[in-house]
Amino acid sequence: MEFFHKVTRFPFMNTRKVWYGLSAVLIVGSLVLVGVRGLNLGIDFTGGVVVETNFPQAPNLDQLRTALGKAGVADAQLQVFGSSRDIRVRLPPDPNVKGDQIGARILSVFTTVDPGVKVQSTSVVGPQVGQELFVKGAWALVATLILIAIYVLLRFTFKLALGAILAVLHDPICVIGFFAVSQMTFDLTAISAILAVIGYSLNDTVIVFDRVRERARTARKLSIAQVIDESINQTLSRTLMTKLVTLLVVVALLIFGGETLHGFSAALVIGIIAGTYSSIYISAALALDFGLRNDDLLERKLTKPEEVDGLP
Amino acid sequence: MISYPRWKIALVAVVVLIGILFAVPNLFGEQSALQFAKDGASLDQGDRVAIEKLLADKGVVPTGAFLEQGRLTLRFASTEEQLKARDIVAEARHDQYTIALSKASRVPEWMRNFGLNPLKLGLDLRGGVYLVYEVDVQGAIKQQLDHDEQDFRASLRNARVAYQDVVVDYPHNRVQVLFRDADGFAKGKAAIVADNRNMSFTDVTVDGAPALQLALTADEIKKREDDAVQQNIVILRNRLNSPELAVSEPQVARQGVDQIAIQLPGLQNSAEVKKILGKTATLEFRMVDENDNALEAAATGHVPLGTKLYYTRDKRPVLLKREVVVTGDELTDATFQPNSQDGPAVSVGLDSRGAAKMLKNTQENIGHLMAVVFIDRSREKNAAGVDVDRTTENVINQATIRGVFSNNFSITGINPEEGRELALLLRAGGLAAPLTPIEERAIGPTLGEKNIAQGVDAMVFGMLAAFLFMGIYYKVFGLIADLVLIANVVLLTALLSIVGAALTLPGIAAVVLTVGMAVDANILIYERIREELRNGVSPRAAITAGFERAFSAIADSNVTALIAGLVLWLFGTGAVRGFAVVLVLGIATSMFTSLMGSRALVQLIYGGRRKLDGLSI
Repeated sequence: MEFFHKVTRFPFMNTRKVWYGLSAVLIVGSLVLVGVRGLNLGIDFTGGVVVETNFPQAPNLDQLRTALGKAGVADAQLQVFGSSRDIRVRLPPDPNVKGDQIGARILSVFTTVDPGVKVQSTSVVGPQVGQELFVKGAWALVATLILIAIYVLLRFTFKLALGAILAVLHDPICVIGFFAVSQMTFDLTAISAILAVIGYSLNDTVIVFDRVRERARTARKLSIAQVIDESINQTLSRTLMTKLVTLLVVVALLIFGGETLHGFSAALVIGIIAGTYSSIYISAALALDFGLRNDDLLERKLTKPEEVDGLP
Repeated sequence: MISYPRWKIALVAVVVLIGILFAVPNLFGEQSALQFAKDGASLDQGDRVAIEKLLADKGVVPTGAFLEQGRLTLRFASTEEQLKARDIVAEARHDQYTIALSKASRVPEWMRNFGLNPLKLGLDLRGGVYLVYEVDVQGAIKQQLDHDEQDFRASLRNARVAYQDVVVDYPHNRVQVLFRDADGFAKGKAAIVADNRNMSFTDVTVDGAPALQLALTADEIKKREDDAVQQNIVILRNRLNSPELAVSEPQVARQGVDQIAIQLPGLQNSAEVKKILGKTATLEFRMVDENDNALEAAATGHVPLGTKLYYTRDKRPVLLKREVVVTGDELTDATFQPNSQDGPAVSVGLDSRGAAKMLKNTQENIGHLMAVVFIDRSREKNAAGVDVDRTTENVINQATIRGVFSNNFSITGINPEEGRELALLLRAGGLAAPLTPIEERAIGPTLGEKNIAQGVDAMVFGMLAAFLFMGIYYKVFGLIADLVLIANVVLLTALLSIVGAALTLPGIAAVVLTVGMAVDANILIYERIREELRNGVSPRAAITAGFERAFSAIADSNVTALIAGLVLWLFGTGAVRGFAVVLVLGIATSMFTSLMGSRALVQLIYGGRRKLDGLSI
């Protein structure tokens, strides 16, 4: 079986303005959404208390809310997660709260509603930890981008590297935009997913660039735009096939992996789609607009350093 | 014929076989188990036989038993059996053993002896408690200053110099020694400078009298802070490993500059453990001031110079000399004795310094009263949410020194629960700085099991989808890729088991992701082979070219993923690090299996054929 029996001939470079437009819409849209709706930050970042409980049968949320209110547990957010029998209680950070006590307290309140309820997990995160983890996460993102930029720079030319990095930046922005739209909990695992996406998305870009360089050296008569078009088309089947299989696997993770991995898998799905798009449509096109020429890709001739006159 | 060196095929075979060997222990699964430990001693075969007999008499037969690091682990067929067994032993031998509920692998003993162990499961898969404490390094500095104060008093006493007082100025990290006159100042300064070199000295005048001001240097403060965190880690580890606390396989690690992360797998109720972890209980031995009236001092608030007012448990005032004979830091050993002649007691051992001081003191003070002060510091939040250090100092015992003793004696006057806790805390050592809990996560065992089940489901279905797709799309080559993927998962499992890294739920996700990325490498090779075939190259040349040319692309693309993985490894903690570890190791195994493993299989299938008309790709 083969989906791409013939090498495709899509005119990626001629249509690149369209794709830039689409990307611009995605990026601006994501940023606006983050600004307007904000992210539903997990307690990893905000600090606070989360108690996850499991009921023998689906409870009435209003009943639970009233019970909590009566018991003096203020500002509790109730949320159904996984199945309708799993209820998550979230409380804002409170320095007086101790993990073992708050779990027991919520349990005792919920027991009045349904005696069969069980506490599955409790997390108490101090506000200072939340801030620290957020800063750490941000640094991890920056460090990854810088290191990857250095690597691409060493491996290819400056213009290609710049194209690759800009295209890669586009992916986490889309993922974050998705989190703003869906209001899924944005936590540490989501950040790890984004980092994995960055590493993985560059993967395709590198393969396209590898081919561009190879073609630029062999097909000297073609213009650089034609070389890029050919290279993307030649690697297209491979790019799409690999992403398709990875998506299959990640979708399995999304479906079967359970609530804990939901945000993580969703970030991966969106990130992989965005990454595939950006490595096909954006990265090489940007390099072209940065003035990439055939000469940039030819093997550098070793020039002997000029002899310095006047040495003693 | 396509040539590919035999040794490479052999290498692949050997690596995969070793991988299978190390991955096999993971197939045995886990069972409910009990872990037995003994106060201050190791368990031996005798204990094992005794406990097994005890259980057999009641009809409970463990399915397996082994001794490891002085602890005995018994496995049971079900959780009910496990709980029943615990109750039986607890009832019959309550004082003798502490019993922790845990899980143990079904791996046979002989395999264990070869060092073949299953992967460790992270807290999110196993259930347990995760705690993060912040070390109050400022508190450590305070303790250092208190210590210095005592040292200065000792130096002055030894040099027989008269002085007014020694005052600690905490906000400025300094201590002031107030003298009576210039003569005392000169002598006292000489004595203190000779004994304490790492502080800066300034001569000052306080209320017209000469005084010496000693401040901690910046280096000393920094060093003290670092030491405090390290020392606290050691002490927490000691406390958690002590048999009085029924905790199995605790992990304590530094996190960042001033934090300590603790993992307690399998633990359900953290209250007891947390009570012990945050405590800074210690002892001080001081001589009783028998010349002044303590009741009067308590009533008037006028405490005679050189003494300090304390209270006993039953609120009776006692005046003790300011000089400490021996502190808890000089203790080397402490054992709880529930049934000594004088009721519950803790027998303690002193180090040589402490022993020398105690010897001198008892020689000089026969017939006089010596007191034991129990100091219990704990940190709590007040109503406003501010940390408050609560220190309780109680005289728990006063006894007349009847004879000379030095390094071994008993402390009485405590209740059994206190004695047990005191022995534990004294043995583990005092915390170098107070701890504040800043993060706590508890995962119940049912959630852990659910997480495992979901993680495994995701892995199985994800891999199945990938396998089917590859088989259909690339035919024989696709099946080769499937075999390679299985080898990849086996090698990854083996590597994780060898490294001893804990598998977390994000770690399972990383395994799934690794499978996806390993497919990537194979597709890269096959698409290249197809492309070469389309260009009219012979099948043999296409295979060689496919593997060779895809190599740089595979290497390049994996480097970027590796960078992301390593950054995560560096920045991440807990579950995120679990993800990073698997991702990084997975990239390594997938490179190996795709480039060498799949090449070796292709060689075995197509390499020997003299005539090769086409490839099933």
